Amino acid sequence: MDTVNITIIDRNDVEHKIEAPTDMGMNLMELCRANELPVKGTCGGMALCASCQCYVINDPGLDEQSDDELDMLDQALYVKDNSRLGCQINLTPEIEGLVVKLAPDEED
Amino acid sequence: MIETDIIIIGAGPCGLFTVFEAGLLKLKCHLIDSLPQAGGQLTEIYPKKPIYDIPGFPEVLAGDLVKNLEEQARPFKPGFTLGERAESFEKTEDDKFIVTTNKGTKHIAPVVAIAGGLGCFEPRKPPIDNLTDYEDCGVEYIIKDPEFYRNKRVVISGGGDSALDWSIFLANVASEVTLIHRRSEFRGHLDSVQKVMDLQAQGKIDLITNAEVTHLRGDGKLEGVDIDVQDGDSIAKSADHFIPLFGLSPKLGPLADWGMGITKNSIDVDTLDYQTKVPGIYAIGDINNYEGKLKLILCGFHEATIMVQSAFKRIYPDKKMVLKYTTVNGVTGF
Repeated sequence: MDTVNITIIDRNDVEHKIEAPTDMGMNLMELCRANELPVKGTCGGMALCASCQCYVINDPGLDEQSDDELDMLDQALYVKDNSRLGCQINLTPEIEGLVVKLAPDEED
Repeated sequence: MIETDIIIIGAGPCGLFTVFEAGLLKLKCHLIDSLPQAGGQLTEIYPKKPIYDIPGFPEVLAGDLVKNLEEQARPFKPGFTLGERAESFEKTEDDKFIVTTNKGTKHIAPVVAIAGGLGCFEPRKPPIDNLTDYEDCGVEYIIKDPEFYRNKRVVISGGGDSALDWSIFLANVASEVTLIHRRSEFRGHLDSVQKVMDLQAQGKIDLITNAEVTHLRGDGKLEGVDIDVQDGDSIAKSADHFIPLFGLSPKLGPLADWGMGITKNSIDVDTLDYQTKVPGIYAIGDINNYEGKLKLILCGFHEATIMVQSAFKRIYPDKKMVLKYTTVNGVTGF
């Protein structure tokens, strides 16, 4: 199985080092949920909620944001310059070494 | 008091299809939804998105699926209480349920089906420490009547279409309109953005970009907002009203207190008939939870179909029921 190493820092500042599969068509939101991290993924990955928002701490060269993602981030809360929606980050070999921190949960 | 056989909470795809399946068993339904229109998240969040896993439809737009479901339910004359949130329920002596909305509308039925999806859609509240202190005394999340703001000083926050559109509209109603946006560009409709720029040039809108409201001021009612601008300045602005417009997000809301088992924001059910811990209250679609649950519209349709059979037995314990095929019997409405 092809994998990449990703670090996800949760909302309590705990680091989770995860070996993520790149051959299953998964995105970062789904990876968080599969690893039981507290990411809701309410809209199912359509960039239509911001429950998977995260801050990119180390960017190995992520793809540019789509209009859908930028539109959503315009409405979301706790948005910073390095905000991304996890559901729009596909797990590909290019993201080896990605470090993200989960943004606060809007509903808490 | 609205009387029916099944009170359906949630007028999304699953709730609408319940009307059809219940109708085949001659059971009447009434739907309650906090949104002003039927369709749930399909209409509210993604009407133009295609769905590919509805059996028999290789591709269907979410909005079109809702239209079709409404048409399919129509022969059975469902009732609707829209724009109201189901708030509480009580049991009557003859084993019925009275469901009351936040506006006091009462509904009575022997069966309640919760098809609430992700929960009720409520306005997103920005993280401002004392925001809730001023709710109903200067802070509003929804503009109900623009006249309410006549000759008032209004601060709007947000970068989406609704923030732009309301700023434009209120520029001619309020005495002062300030629009605050976190970034320097707007991603709304181009003409709305241009209109805001024009109104700013005419001095009718005070546009503050790269900025966020961080604190509210006032004694008993709102008197002003503190605005942090990215280059470090802070602006204190006098205001009678602060309207944050950051869209809607779903919340389980009052249903969480109905005494049903709740796991991870969803309602535990028995997969035999999708009944909750409260006999006579069922939960179907995205809002329920059981081992192996899949949050798919097609699974919700299945759950609705199984559920109405059980509801029928609860309402008519002595009647025999035979499954009838629509291909044989057609659909006879009410």
